[in-house]
This record gives sequence, structure tokens and C-alpha cells, in this order.
Amino acid sequence: MQRFSALSLLRRGLSGHRDWQPQWRKAEAKPAYDAIIVGGGGHGLGAAYYLAREHGLESVAVLEKGWIGGGNTGRNTTIIRSNYLRDESAALYDHALKMWEGLSQELNYNVMFSPRGVLMLAHTVHDVQVFKRHVHANRANGVDNDWLTPQEARSICPVLTTDGIRYPVLGAAFQRRGGTARHDAVAWGYARAADALGVDIIENCEVTGIRLDARGAVEAVETTRGLIRARRVGVSAAGHSSVILRMAGVRLPLESYPLQALVSEPVKPIFPCVVMSNTIHAYISQSDKGELVIGAGTDAYTSYTQRGGLHISSHALEAICELFPMFRRMRMLRNWGGIVDVSPDRSPIIAKTPVPGLYVNCGWGTGGFKATPGSAHLFAWTIAHDRPHPINAPFTIERFREGRLIDEAAAAAVAH
Amino acid sequence: MLLIDCPYCGVRPELEFVYGGQAHVARPQDPAACSDEQWAEFLYWRENVKGVHAERWRHTHGCGRFFNALRDTTRDHFLATYRVGERPPAAAVSRGREAQA
Repeated sequence: MQRFSALSLLRRGLSGHRDWQPQWRKAEAKPAYDAIIVGGGGHGLGAAYYLAREHGLESVAVLEKGWIGGGNTGRNTTIIRSNYLRDESAALYDHALKMWEGLSQELNYNVMFSPRGVLMLAHTVHDVQVFKRHVHANRANGVDNDWLTPQEARSICPVLTTDGIRYPVLGAAFQRRGGTARHDAVAWGYARAADALGVDIIENCEVTGIRLDARGAVEAVETTRGLIRARRVGVSAAGHSSVILRMAGVRLPLESYPLQALVSEPVKPIFPCVVMSNTIHAYISQSDKGELVIGAGTDAYTSYTQRGGLHISSHALEAICELFPMFRRMRMLRNWGGIVDVSPDRSPIIAKTPVPGLYVNCGWGTGGFKATPGSAHLFAWTIAHDRPHPINAPFTIERFREGRLIDEAAAAAVAH
Repeated sequence: MLLIDCPYCGVRPELEFVYGGQAHVARPQDPAACSDEQWAEFLYWRENVKGVHAERWRHTHGCGRFFNALRDTTRDHFLATYRVGERPPAAAVSRGREAQA
């Protein structure tokens, strides 16, 4: 692997940038691996990286049906935060946030993590009460979160309109350690680092079946590139998790919905943080390229189309124009959808399944990107040890039968 | 925006309707007699079909009535709508599966 440094950039700059190598090999599938990860998004590539790096697995493959960075990793709005209400969630998301802080150094790849702060607006008395509760719960869990007056919120985000709108801003919760990262770079950085440790990344390889042995344990996966044997298979397939798990006879309490996002034409730096509003219902930040990145809630009905309805994205834009009238005449360049797997309590599942050797990391719904390094790290730990890490131990499939929900449906600090 | 054929009112724009989730999920007759597995199945487990999906809709801003629909979730194409209490039209189900194959 070519390492990146100021010196290597300078040297290749002087030679016209002609001698850069591909960031990862185009691997062909071997007949068998120690472990296979299904799904080449950030969560899956990261899991493969940590399996090789921290758990010493020598033969690991990542199977991706499309291309690296083409799924939800490249379709989200790149927001990172850990201000979740429940103790279990705070531990999980803050584990990820702490890993974000050192990820570029760890991978020797600039993921452009930018802790510019996440501002969550309160527009009603109910919002104020809920967010203050969040601030207190977060602080008790060691997660930073501050309550701001409207004036303080404007000092952080000067372009914010707080008065004279249908739902005036009454205050805001602000997590300073939150922010954004370059989503493609997260996938590419993990892919490059995993590849350097010998992980085979196999693109255009769709899993079509999971083969079990006579005892009912995982034996192999059938793919569009043939049969590949492995006794350990981790599924990290976002909106398609229930499709893949059904191949092994495992049903999941998930439903898949389109979640849309938009970006505007690029403009000069105007927007210094991330702003989220549940009541008016949209979120917005500005990428380092200058595009405004805008998202909102999921579409109304389950679907696998990666499109979504126009009236849903129009609604998000109306909310943005209410809060930031100066953006009214901006043009949107692109609009797309990703398929998100929503669980009943809006918390993920990182767990063993009833099938020995089959593990699943799913149910991230509308908010998986922020958890990428933590989720990948814990999923690798779970696969390597055949039992969950203490942080992801509560995030089982069985919790829905046992009534041990981790209910972030109303508490995740975001409307779904 | 989708056009949805309400079995009572005819074809109307999607904005008049509210989605109601998977169809034909029957509430247990005697919830107290259910095991944890049965109750969780009723509450939380859904088929999440990639393909022909039987689902409930309500014509909230119209007749106000519930009805069922068959929709191909890979294309968002409606294959049929039918009234509550009726079985999914078999011809539409097989038509949808053929379109997928």
C-alpha cells in the first residue's frame, strides 16, 4: 500500500501524479475464506478491516453486489453525532464518535472528519422539554450536549432564522463533537486499509443463497460469481438485510423504506455547522465542495426503488426555505434515495442469528453513517468471538420478543 | 407521485392516501393466550417483501375507508387494489411475479 504523507504528495506532484497505484486490488473470489462479509458499505468494509487487523483473521472477503460506495454509504447526508437518549444507544454511538476522531490517522486516509457541531432546533414547548431531557441524559452518560438560547444558536449559525416564522426557534441543543465526514472516503479508506491486510474486496458479486450444513450451520454462500465457502458469514446489507437473511431461513423485524437526500449547486462557505429540525423537519449542512446537503424523513411506504416520491423531497425543501430564506433561489443539482432498514424501536441489531456462523449488522434505519467505525468494530468483535461485545450485547434480535426494546423511536432526537 | 385506484372512489393521487403497512396481519383472537413469540410476531415481524407486497392503504382525504393493494416494491407499480375481507387477486400476484422474472 502506498502511504499518504506530505512528502509522498509532493513527490508525485512533481512527477505529474502518474505513479499512483489503485487503492485496492480487483480481487477474484477464492473457493473458501475464514469469514465473509456480505455488503461492501462502510459498515461491512470496516468489519472486514477490524477482523484482519484486530482479530488476526488471515482470509476474509467482502462481497458487494454493486460497487464500493454505491449503496447507502454514498447516499447519506454524512452527519455524525452521538446525542442519543438511552444509555445503550449513547454507549454505542459515542463509541463510534470516539473512533471517528482518530480514523483518518488509523487508516492513513483523510476521511475529512469535521467536528463542526450539530445544532438541533426546538420550536415548541414540547421540543424544549425533550431536548433539555436529552442534554441532561447525555451529560450523565459522558456525552457532550449543551442547551442554547436562540441568540446563542444564531451566534453559532448566523444564517439561521429564529423569529418571524411559523414555528419560531425557542432554543437548541448543540453537540460540539458532532459534525460531518466525507462518506465516500470512509468506504474507500476502509477498503484500501482492509485490502492492504489481505482482505479480498469482490465487487459486482451478489449473494443469491446461503448454504447450511447438516447441523444447520453456515457452510457457504452462493453468488453470481459462484459458490464461496466460509464457516462465518456476517451480513451488513442495510435495506437488503431481510432479503439476505431469508436465504438462511431467518426472518427479521425490519421494514425497508426509501430515504431521500439532495445537494444544491456549490457556493462559497456560508454554513458553519449542521442544523437539524424535527418539527419543521429537515436537516442541512454544507460540504467542503460547497454544496448544501439536505435530507428529511423517510418516504411513507416500503420500497426497494432507491427513488422515493417528489412530494417528500419538496417538503424537505419547504422546511429549509422556512428556516433559511436566503436559500430560496438556490438550485438543487441532485436528488436520490437509499433503502434504509427500519427496526420497530429505531435501534440497530448487531448480533448472532439463530443460525450458527451467521451474524447480522442491520436495522440502522435512517442513521447508520454516524456509527460506521463503531458498528464495524463491534461487528468484527462479535464475529471473531462468536458472542457480542458488551456495548452491542443489548442490540439483539431477541429483544423484540423479550420486550427489552431500546426505544429511540421518539427519543433519537430526530423525526423518522 | 403515485396514482392509486381506490376500490370505492377510483384513481386518485397518492397525497390523498395514508400507507397502513403489511396487509392480512390478523390480531390474535386471545392476546392473553399468546406466547411471547406469537405476540412479537404480530407486533414486529413483517415480510418486508422485495417484489409483490400485499399492503393496506387508507383513503384518508377521500372516502376514509381502508382497502388493500398489491404493489411491486421493486418498481412501486400497483398491480391491483381490493376491498378489506377479500383475498389478493391471484392473477395480479402471478402477473407481478412474471414481470420480476
